[in-house]
Amino acid sequence: MAQELIKGNEAVVKAAIMAGCRSFYGYPITPASEIAEAAARYFHESGGTFLQAESEVGAINMVYGAASCGERTMTASSGPGISLMQEGISYLAGSELPCVIVDIMRGGPGLGNIAPEQADYHQVVKGGGHGSYHTIVLAPNSAQEMCDLTFLAFELADRVRNPAIVLADGFIGQMMEPVEFPDRMVEPDDKPWAVHGDAETRKNLITSIYLSPEDLERHVRHLETKYALETDGIAMCEKYHTGDAEFLVIGYGIVSRVLKTAVDHAREMGIKVGLLRPITLWPFPTVQIAYEANYVKSMLVVELSTGQLVDDVRLAVNGEIPVRFYSRVGGVVPTTDELLTQIIKASEADHVRKVVPAAEESLWGV
Amino acid sequence: MYAKSFQRPKSLFGEFSRKSGDHLTTHYCPGCGHGNLHKYIAEAIDELGMQDRTVLVNPVGCSVFAYYYFDVGNIQVPHGRAPAAATAVKRALPDSLVISYQGDGDLAAIGGNEILHCANRGENITVFFVNNAIYGMTGGQMAPTTLLGQRTSTSPTGRQILEEGFPMHVSELLASLEGPSYIERVGLFDNKSRMRARKAVKKGLQNQIEGRGFSLIEVLSPCPTGWGLTPTDACNWVKENLLPVFPLGVIKDVTADRENWNRRRLEVTPERVAEVLGITHATAEKRTATWTDSNVATCYRDPRIKLAGFGGQGVLFLGKLLAEVGMREGFNVSWLPSYGPEMRGGTANCAVNISTLPVGSPLISDPSVLIATNRPSLDKFAPEVVSGGVILYDSSLIDTAPTRDDVEVLAVPATAIADSIGSPKVANIVMLGAYIGLTNVLPKERVVAVIESMTKKKALVELNIKAIDAGIEHASKAHVAEDSWAV
Ligand SMILES: Cc1ncc(C[n+]2csc(CCOP(=O)(O)OP(=O)(O)O)c2C)c(N)n1
Ligand code: SF4
Repeated sequence: MAQELIKGNEAVVKAAIMAGCRSFYGYPITPASEIAEAAARYFHESGGTFLQAESEVGAINMVYGAASCGERTMTASSGPGISLMQEGISYLAGSELPCVIVDIMRGGPGLGNIAPEQADYHQVVKGGGHGSYHTIVLAPNSAQEMCDLTFLAFELADRVRNPAIVLADGFIGQMMEPVEFPDRMVEPDDKPWAVHGDAETRKNLITSIYLSPEDLERHVRHLETKYALETDGIAMCEKYHTGDAEFLVIGYGIVSRVLKTAVDHAREMGIKVGLLRPITLWPFPTVQIAYEANYVKSMLVVELSTGQLVDDVRLAVNGEIPVRFYSRVGGVVPTTDELLTQIIKASEADHVRKVVPAAEESLWGV
Repeated sequence: MYAKSFQRPKSLFGEFSRKSGDHLTTHYCPGCGHGNLHKYIAEAIDELGMQDRTVLVNPVGCSVFAYYYFDVGNIQVPHGRAPAAATAVKRALPDSLVISYQGDGDLAAIGGNEILHCANRGENITVFFVNNAIYGMTGGQMAPTTLLGQRTSTSPTGRQILEEGFPMHVSELLASLEGPSYIERVGLFDNKSRMRARKAVKKGLQNQIEGRGFSLIEVLSPCPTGWGLTPTDACNWVKENLLPVFPLGVIKDVTADRENWNRRRLEVTPERVAEVLGITHATAEKRTATWTDSNVATCYRDPRIKLAGFGGQGVLFLGKLLAEVGMREGFNVSWLPSYGPEMRGGTANCAVNISTLPVGSPLISDPSVLIATNRPSLDKFAPEVVSGGVILYDSSLIDTAPTRDDVEVLAVPATAIADSIGSPKVANIVMLGAYIGLTNVLPKERVVAVIESMTKKKALVELNIKAIDAGIEHASKAHVAEDSWAV
């Protein structure tokens, strides 16, 4: 395959079409608008539908309609728009409808700004909508992964019959890098449960309402079991220099890119630090992180929020080792030097520390 | 409520097995209008021979369980969003008969925006809008269509203009849009009105089959329970109270002028899709570039390049060009723009990595190369350049040289040079020429090849080549003159 220098936001659209996605319903919002714009350029010509909806509420319900018909379908937005979609996402999960949603995170809360942040983690990974459900969440950190993980998102969404969300930040969306696209278009499997407007599927019903508590309990337990079985083994992370590491840094998206360079610099200085980058945020690479916790003295989580990913890391580590935290918010992305300083600080603390009193750890939060 | 005994349309189930408890009667209250409307819709589907092809979009409201009764494809959707979902269903299945069935809370209140835009697009679907002037399902709260003075559980002293506003005439509102084809209001209160309703229902569906666009039938429908009346009194209440406010009749009908309002997708082959997307099989082996054996001095290798200037000077494009050429040479590359308000304010910058190693951080806070085309950019980024790095700036536009003495500085009168060869617009390309002339990082032929692949206009390509050559020439002259700069 030839390489194409392309923005992550555009790579998403080409990958989606090659994955057999037939429709895109969206509403403009920076920094995700480029996805809608690319979709407007390519979907129609590729034999699909692009429609600019009246709002994100409209968009997600169009996705719901398209998914009910069994076609691969998608939308893309950013923080405020994803907030508006949450009711629809809950319905999609409740009705067991597959779809792909791309969230190119921006600064919040409220209108915030359009610079990159990672504070949608909770509303996306934990599910901002009502009810006991999950969404599959994939976190690319390059234009190539914007392609690959969008492609994978469609596969997983269909496999689990559930929405899958590609969670990226403004930088990962805006950045141009070489991308190799799959050169064969996927012909998705037929979905016998969908409504096709024909005799074979006439009896099919797409719904999330279960009036009796017993029925709803059965349904929610079914979803719970499905999540456990169908997502078993799909948690993924990238490990970089973890083999001999005495200390780990953890981050996803653009942060992981800056961390990688900072780790290189730290290694040149003789600091035995490694990087662990979650690629799936749900299911979370809990086992992989817990495993590393057996071999390193501490971990440092870096993210562009006041602390969301760090909660999941701490749950995975379960108190075995200290998990420190460093963050920038508002759209400020830390520089390599800044993170190198944090790595040096954290590693020095580890060489001298015996037992750090719990109170002292909070000093690390910035 | 209809009894099982009279002729049942095929499109309704004989037994309601999806319903819990009694499978023979509906969940609707005695005298409720929903049951009648269900029957008319089912009869029309039968008469049109569309049972297998019908997709019913069920709302949230008393008719949330319409799928207990309709033996057609069924989709139940969030409150108010049926028109959005139905839009996508129709786009996916253009040969199906798509029905959006909604109450007045669902359609006129929470779903106001969805119905407005669906109607405005003239989606080729049929909407049944049940106006019972109240929220039935949730126990009799006020609806947008509730009459002035009408008591509901959330307007206990009666609806007041200054509190809750006027009853909303949704059909008239929608009819004022150009999109809809057919809008009629009917009632269910006596035999005559029911006959009329039956006809309107069928026409609404027939329109869709004929591709005539958006049809909406508003149905004034008794809700004895919500209104606290007997079924008979409820019918009278429709006639005496609803009718004067919501007069019956055709509100808009342009169906005769409308054809081909059904949206169909293009039929394309997978090969055509790849072509549209510009995805091609590679003919050549992927290259992997190295610096060894090259004539590139160590200090210029794996450059981290910051390009900055006014928006419109083409610095973002220049960055893309560098990254593209680097990629085709077989390097790992990244291009990252500044974006947002910063760009609107007039300055633009981008960061380009060209590296033999995978690119870690695409952000560049310590550039090894700065290409600056205006004064603010030079002032801002010159201090960030690493010791031993390179600064190139457009000396036609910037009159003071950077004060750093630990970096190599090349003043390029790029705008003046570009002017002299034909257009100030290629000043950015002159800068590029100067950069590759100074460093040898990328071969000129490959830059030209990339420019050729981007522009079809031969004159423009030639102008660009001239600009590159002029830049290279300037760099080589300047370099000889300032040999003492070597770091
Ligand atoms: C987001 C949301 N808000 C509120 C509700 C509660 N709710 C269910 S039905 C309904 C009103 C239904 O009234 P209408 O559309 O007039 O239908 P009817 O029951 O009268 O047939 C409301 C407010 C809901 N299900 N979802
Ligand atoms: S509450 Fe009203 S609308 Fe609902 S079923 Fe009863 S009569 Fe019909």
